[in-house]
Amino acid sequence: MNFRNASLLSFPCAAGEGAEGGWGRSSVLPPSPLRGPSPASGGRKIKSVVRLRLYAALTMMMLGLMVAPLSYAIDPLPFKDRAEEVRFQKLAKQLRCLVCQNQDLADSDADLAKDLRKQVYEMMQSGKSDAEIKDYLVARYNDFVLYDPPLKPGTWLLWFSPFAFVLIGVFVVARILRSRAKQAGGVRPADTESGDDW
Amino acid sequence: MINRLLPLAIFLALVGLLGFGIYWNTHHEMTEVPSPLIGKPAPAFTLPLLYEPDKTLSGKDLLGKPYLLNVFGSWCPTCQYEHPILTGQIKPLGIKLIGLDWKDEPDDAKRWIAQFGNPYDTIITDRDGRSGIDFGVYMAPETFLIDAEGVVRYKRIGMFTPQNIRDELLPKIAELTGQSAKKATP
Repeated sequence: MNFRNASLLSFPCAAGEGAEGGWGRSSVLPPSPLRGPSPASGGRKIKSVVRLRLYAALTMMMLGLMVAPLSYAIDPLPFKDRAEEVRFQKLAKQLRCLVCQNQDLADSDADLAKDLRKQVYEMMQSGKSDAEIKDYLVARYNDFVLYDPPLKPGTWLLWFSPFAFVLIGVFVVARILRSRAKQAGGVRPADTESGDDW
Repeated sequence: MINRLLPLAIFLALVGLLGFGIYWNTHHEMTEVPSPLIGKPAPAFTLPLLYEPDKTLSGKDLLGKPYLLNVFGSWCPTCQYEHPILTGQIKPLGIKLIGLDWKDEPDDAKRWIAQFGNPYDTIITDRDGRSGIDFGVYMAPETFLIDAEGVVRYKRIGMFTPQNIRDELLPKIAELTGQSAKKATP
């Protein structure tokens, strides 16, 4: 049996959940103009009507895409007030959905993300602080659940390597500049070209 | 001289880095999130049995002997792939196998078991997925090896394969039985 080719994991998010949430919005769009009378059967007039409807549909679609990010509260959670909702959304943006791992908890349509949002909401209701909620999730799902990994010895490379690379870059550039300056100042100007070798 | 070799050195370093990336990706499941529960007591749970919903099973009931907790669901296609392996390779190991039917309808689960067979000693149901969250479950199948003291010793994310049973599970189980044998002797 060859198991290497089979995906070893099942993602509940792939099983229609996402389709229901993500594309459900398309029901707002007017029926597709492409299903209208075929251009061949009608004259110019019908063609332009079809085109008009196509433009309208496209415009609606564009508007839909623009509005989509605003409708991020996926589950209707009964927030006490606006402040609480803002706190919830802010927190959910810092947490990763374990199923669709490049999405945060606020964005994901995965079933598990819904459960975790509910959990976060309920912990907020019971007066837990953001830090306590994060700790709760980290205790179960590891630091990976946090979008910003915490600063600790194991993540030093992650946090500081960009600065290290900048330092290396500065060092290399400084060396090149210095050697060019030396060559330019030293002998004939034609020699400076050898500095451009690479 | 050094200036001439530098580009080559940088190129080789890059080849090394990218080569390591390819090696790492082919040898690791990149979506795996290592469980923070390894070496810690398994979270407490008390869940109804699939076939006797008025009865429950808790983590405490299972203390005293190591067991495997296999998270599955009738909605989970990979669990179907894993099913014959549970029946053919895990069950013969003689270790207690508990099925955790996760985020599933009991009727669907019963139908699924009726269709494919029941490799489990007991099946418990976690319909709303709360215990699954406590265990840090994020997909199915997942399997936990829990020792006689209720400590999580090993977690498999994704299905068992003959290969990782041999390389990972069996040594872990051997460790546990070795431990209990040592404890029994003095």
